[in-house]
Amino acid sequence: MKFLYAAYIITWVVLIGYIAILTIGFKRLQDDVRDLER
Amino acid sequence: MKSKFAIFAIITFALLSWGLYEALVAAPTEATMGQVQRIFYVHVPCAWVMLLCFPANFLASIAYLAKRNPALDALAVSTAEVGVVFCTIVLLTGPIWGKPAWGVWWAWDPRLTSTLVLWLIYVSYLILRKFSTGGPNATLAAALAIFGCVDAIFVWFAIRWFRGQHPSPVFGSGPNSGIDPRMLHAFFVNMAAYTAFGILLVWLRFVLERTRQKVEEAHAMKALAGTARGTR
Repeated sequence: MKFLYAAYIITWVVLIGYIAILTIGFKRLQDDVRDLER
Repeated sequence: MKSKFAIFAIITFALLSWGLYEALVAAPTEATMGQVQRIFYVHVPCAWVMLLCFPANFLASIAYLAKRNPALDALAVSTAEVGVVFCTIVLLTGPIWGKPAWGVWWAWDPRLTSTLVLWLIYVSYLILRKFSTGGPNATLAAALAIFGCVDAIFVWFAIRWFRGQHPSPVFGSGPNSGIDPRMLHAFFVNMAAYTAFGILLVWLRFVLERTRQKVEEAHAMKALAGTARGTR
């Protein structure tokens, strides 16, 4: 069972981690856009 | 556009939840491997998404070289990045399944080795994209994409061409291939769920890349305007 849980947990950690990286990317771009508008 | 994305995201997360239920609860336990076989429902769909992303990256790269449309370049980088994410999952879940099934974490089998090479090629591709600027960047990246696509084809056929540690294809490899209908149902739900999730991530990454391209262009225009004012 521990191998099964490890596989699913690792999968979702990678996927959620990637979504978090994309979210940070969007936030940084929003800041850039705000700087440009100033 | 935003509402379409939201609807697609809701459908994807519903499919993923259904897939998780099918994989961990509804699908029957496999007789030989037991519970650990349920890794199949995440490992194979992720490999499938990976093998959709890399040829898509190749086609987008070639189309970009022909048309020089920045949207195609954004599609190329998006599919490569999402492909690497799914390839990472495949390379992590494979050994976790391999250890209880084969007794070893890793074997230098043609499919495993070619998948690792594929991951290395596309990580190199992303590093090249990240740290190089200027004209030859896209051309070099497209050349790497050709190698990557050839390797992706090799990954697909490796278990058909060679006999290694990795099992033969579950479907269409002789009279004894195939799985229990309840397992097949769980498998297809997960294939649909992870494919939709892959598309969702490519969509998100594409929007991010297009916005980044536009911001970069606006910065360049602003700098040019400043230089023009300075020389007057």
